[in-house]
Amino acid sequence: MTATKAWDVAAAVPDPELPCVTVAELGILREVVMEGDTAVARVSPTYSGCPAVQFIEEAIAGALHDAGYKARIERVISPPWTTDWISDAGREKLRAYGIAPPQTASNSKRALFGETVVTCPRCGATDTEKLSEFGSTPCKAHYRCKACLEPFDYFKCI
Amino acid sequence: MALYRALIELADDHLVLGHRLSEWCGHAPMLEEDLALSNFALDLIGTARSLYAYAAEIEGKGRSEDDLAYLRNEREYLNCLLVERPNGDFAHTMLREFYFAAFMEPFWQAALASNDKVIAGIAGKAVKEMAYHMRHAGEWIVRLGDGTEESAARMQAAVVDLHPYWEELFSGGDCDALPDRAALRPAWEASVKAVFAEANLDWPEPVYGQNGGRDGMHSEVLGRMLSDMQYLQRAHPGATW
Repeated sequence: MTATKAWDVAAAVPDPELPCVTVAELGILREVVMEGDTAVARVSPTYSGCPAVQFIEEAIAGALHDAGYKARIERVISPPWTTDWISDAGREKLRAYGIAPPQTASNSKRALFGETVVTCPRCGATDTEKLSEFGSTPCKAHYRCKACLEPFDYFKCI
Repeated sequence: MALYRALIELADDHLVLGHRLSEWCGHAPMLEEDLALSNFALDLIGTARSLYAYAAEIEGKGRSEDDLAYLRNEREYLNCLLVERPNGDFAHTMLREFYFAAFMEPFWQAALASNDKVIAGIAGKAVKEMAYHMRHAGEWIVRLGDGTEESAARMQAAVVDLHPYWEELFSGGDCDALPDRAALRPAWEASVKAVFAEANLDWPEPVYGQNGGRDGMHSEVLGRMLSDMQYLQRAHPGATW
């Protein structure tokens, strides 16, 4: 019953909307600490209104409970989650899953509003166009590759 | 209780506008906008939740964020009148969104430096989202204002209809932990005028501004909106799922 073991349990929980990556790889699981015999997992939502956050919190608490821990979830909003916290392994898994990962080092308004080159996750072409500001979830935009014509989601930088 | 009251004003602005935007779900002119408006609604309602939760904690009477959202009457709502305006056509919705976001973006930017850590935390998330709303709505105002004869006329009509309501954005919320609303007026006017110039829209002559929202004096439309929004909790008190 150590914090490290509790972290391993919580970190392995997949994101419900992006099941190819875990909550740790996405950077939304901040830390797990032991308070007495209770594992406290600190979780950050991606967007203020992310509808998945409650489900994610319950999934983490459930995983800890199944591993024999008393669990409590704390929601942390500061400092705000940024796409920079997605791990390199997480980015590669997103790409393999067909979602263009966010550009790195992008926690600025310039990255959000400037012209960014989004690379097609299937063929690697950079000749892509934005179809919609929002994709299947608030954190993604919808793009199309002009080279292979494949539509795909792009994980927006925030 | 100055902070409690200011938080309720802010939260009510976000919840009422968020609910208005959610009314577009399934009705927007195209799928992309249906997604965008629903996601904007989620941002606003998410921010409202954080603000209500903090207000409830400060109040210390054991009320929850849901109690504040679903069990207060119309006269207890302190939102400005702008956010309760009916959706109207797409031009009205986009202009209302732009007016609100062009105010909230610099508001949250200033709130990042608040000595209240909870407020600074909420601001950190909201400032990025508001910048997004502002850009998206601003692009539509330019597209419609600088578009066809029909779209330009509708956009200009929206400007005239909403003209009595924007000034109230700068009233309310006098407490140390939150930015001074009146001080944000130059930034707001600069953002609006820049977009209007690009959209070929005329800024109307000054009119007598409508207010009263901060004192709970609302237009008839808010009561109808709340009766829809609060129906479930009123009909089945304490219902959960």
